[in-house]
Amino acid sequence: MCASPYYRLQLMMCAGTGCIASGSLDVRDALEREIAKRNLQNEVQIIMTGCNGFCAMGPLVVVYPDGIFYNQVRPEHAPIIVEEHILKGRVVEKLLFKDETVKGRVPLMKDIGFFGLQRLIVLRNRGLIDAENIDEYIARDGYAGLAKAITEMTPEQVIEEVKKSGLRGRGGGGFPTGMKWEECRRYDNFPKYTICNGDEGDPGAFMDRSVMEGDPHSVLEGMAISGYAIGAEHGYIYVRAEYPLAIQRLQKAIEDARSYGLLGQDILGKGFNFDIGIAPGAGAFVCGESTALMYSIEGKRGMPRIKPPRSAEAGLWNQPTNLNNVETFANLNPLILNGGDWFASIGTENSKGTKVFALTGAVNNVGLVEVPMGTSLKTLIFDIGGGIPKKRKFKAAQIGGPSGGCIPLGMEDVEIDYESLQGVGAMMGSGGVVVMDEMTCMVDTARFFTNFSVDESCGKCTPCREGLKVMFDKLTDIVEGRGQEGDVEFLIELGHHINNTSHCGLGKSAANPVLSTIQYFRNEYDAHIRDKHCPALVCPDLIDFVVIEEKCKMCGLCFKNCPSDAIVWEKKKVAWIDQSKCTRCRTCITNCKFGAIR
Amino acid sequence: MQERDALLKKKVQDSVEQIPSDQLLLLDPIIEKYQGSMSYLIPALKEAQETFGYLPMEVQRKLAKGLNIPAPHIYGVVTFYSFFTVTPRGRHTIRLCLGTACYVKGAKDMLQIIVKEVGINVGETSKDGRFTLEAVRCLGACGLAPVMMIGEDTHGNIIPSATLGILEGYQ
Repeated sequence: MCASPYYRLQLMMCAGTGCIASGSLDVRDALEREIAKRNLQNEVQIIMTGCNGFCAMGPLVVVYPDGIFYNQVRPEHAPIIVEEHILKGRVVEKLLFKDETVKGRVPLMKDIGFFGLQRLIVLRNRGLIDAENIDEYIARDGYAGLAKAITEMTPEQVIEEVKKSGLRGRGGGGFPTGMKWEECRRYDNFPKYTICNGDEGDPGAFMDRSVMEGDPHSVLEGMAISGYAIGAEHGYIYVRAEYPLAIQRLQKAIEDARSYGLLGQDILGKGFNFDIGIAPGAGAFVCGESTALMYSIEGKRGMPRIKPPRSAEAGLWNQPTNLNNVETFANLNPLILNGGDWFASIGTENSKGTKVFALTGAVNNVGLVEVPMGTSLKTLIFDIGGGIPKKRKFKAAQIGGPSGGCIPLGMEDVEIDYESLQGVGAMMGSGGVVVMDEMTCMVDTARFFTNFSVDESCGKCTPCREGLKVMFDKLTDIVEGRGQEGDVEFLIELGHHINNTSHCGLGKSAANPVLSTIQYFRNEYDAHIRDKHCPALVCPDLIDFVVIEEKCKMCGLCFKNCPSDAIVWEKKKVAWIDQSKCTRCRTCITNCKFGAIR
Repeated sequence: MQERDALLKKKVQDSVEQIPSDQLLLLDPIIEKYQGSMSYLIPALKEAQETFGYLPMEVQRKLAKGLNIPAPHIYGVVTFYSFFTVTPRGRHTIRLCLGTACYVKGAKDMLQIIVKEVGINVGETSKDGRFTLEAVRCLGACGLAPVMMIGEDTHGNIIPSATLGILEGYQ
């Protein structure tokens, strides 16, 4: 990885989308200038890597060989890094990660809780290689899995190995990958296709993006292995339009792999032909559904069709087609190299291997984490995620996006695998975990997801198209103070109808956010409907905007932040809200540290 | 019903008039490049939209003829995918992320501020042609929530009250 004999130090800079948005390219330019100024360009090398995972702390610089981790680096820090660390060998204290749990600075990357508790298989190369350099991927055993598969194994043996590993689809459904391949192999109808689903549409999920941007070759290698196993010579990667950087890096990776003879005709001289094309999406959530995705590649409206026939029999252009998720493909190199038994030794009884989660929302360490299946939600949020910021309380975690559900306080000991998540009313989904604190209203959250599903429904079948709209209107009534007794029962009944009678997997799970919030937070619905009050103080129509005198500490923060001068306050006096000026914007509520406004 | 038809007709005519015929020649290389398979339609439409900024009827018709794909099919695809638009854009497109992570971190308050102060709803363009407002479902930059893209620039970790200040930089 970084054992180049030519350089004394190597600076690995994160060039994922998150860090670029935080300004990592400017930091690189500044560092390069400083290094050139001191004539160190032959001793120190800067390498731009894929997403490091710790997006919230970006831009990130890791200095090897020691593994010193600097976060939130700005261009103006470049001189001090070069002067102190690179020239004099002294670590720059103020740029180290500040650990809230131990109240101190942590110099080494491996000692940071966020990184230390993870187990990397899919993200094995994260932060270690230049995403655009095929040689660095190969140096980390890249394409060795493909080589092993096509030189030492028959396609049947590859399938057997994948079946033995217990690898299941990482896109959400959890269908055993080996069985999917086996079925597709059975059909003697050529050409066959293998497709990578990179239409990561779940809000709050960005693990596929990070893999495609940070380690594109691992996806290509996985696809080639699957092509060999099922007998396909063509592959497509469907990437959503919102990920231009992923498309660009995959394109370069495909060209590099072709020029190395790892894609194209007669790969490694073994007579196996396989090539990959990129099919960019154009912004439709439903295209993450397999049949819709295939229609979209064909240049049609992406609307799911009824199964059977399954895609393995009649998929893209009615030919046998295998479709897997980005993360599933990225698992294949280590799986083939180390064997199915090795893979099956990680995880729980029915869910093997690791899972990448995008940990976001009200949590200290926002970012991408990879943990073995069976890790508890508590470990994920509190040990890796560093807990909830601003001393607030954990309320729920939303897992699985618009098809998933909420796991409330009191159930955070649940072990994360496919079955146990379904058991508590959520689902694995693609792996977005949005943490919610006490300032989140669950009715409003349910309404948010329903609105999402209304917008993204393709409109083909009635329960999803019309039922969700009715559901959304009812939820709007509730959050705006027009809720009535019986509304919750109505929502439950309607939700079950939608889930039972919709066509595709998305419609079948579209009511889950509503049903699961009702299951665990029925009291909040009742408060909205009966008391006309929003307990989390989110729904503006159900807040009184009155200062609770006993709780007011007279600090004046509400007064200073109010954009419409509606707060009357003097030093050492309780604040008071002038209702005629108040625009119900909630700025005072978010700023009050004592919960003194209701 | 008649009223609606008239409105639709006017809309179609409006969009026809906005593209002079000599500019439509810009489509010729796109047509040449993507001829032959229906599966090239989405990339072709993307390139056409990059050229014109949007996809008015006239552009769709010309693509239909050139690519030998029925015009209603093209219209169906254009209206299905949120990436495509049939109305002209403002100088700057605001893409406000309303994904879950951004939503719980205050993107909703930002939306309210933009709607109120700029005076446009989601999907609309301001009268002075300065901004088009779009709500997107997740930019995949949840670590920086709440996130807003203006043109190609990504702004993250925004405090809602600072929203207007950021817009000031785009005239």
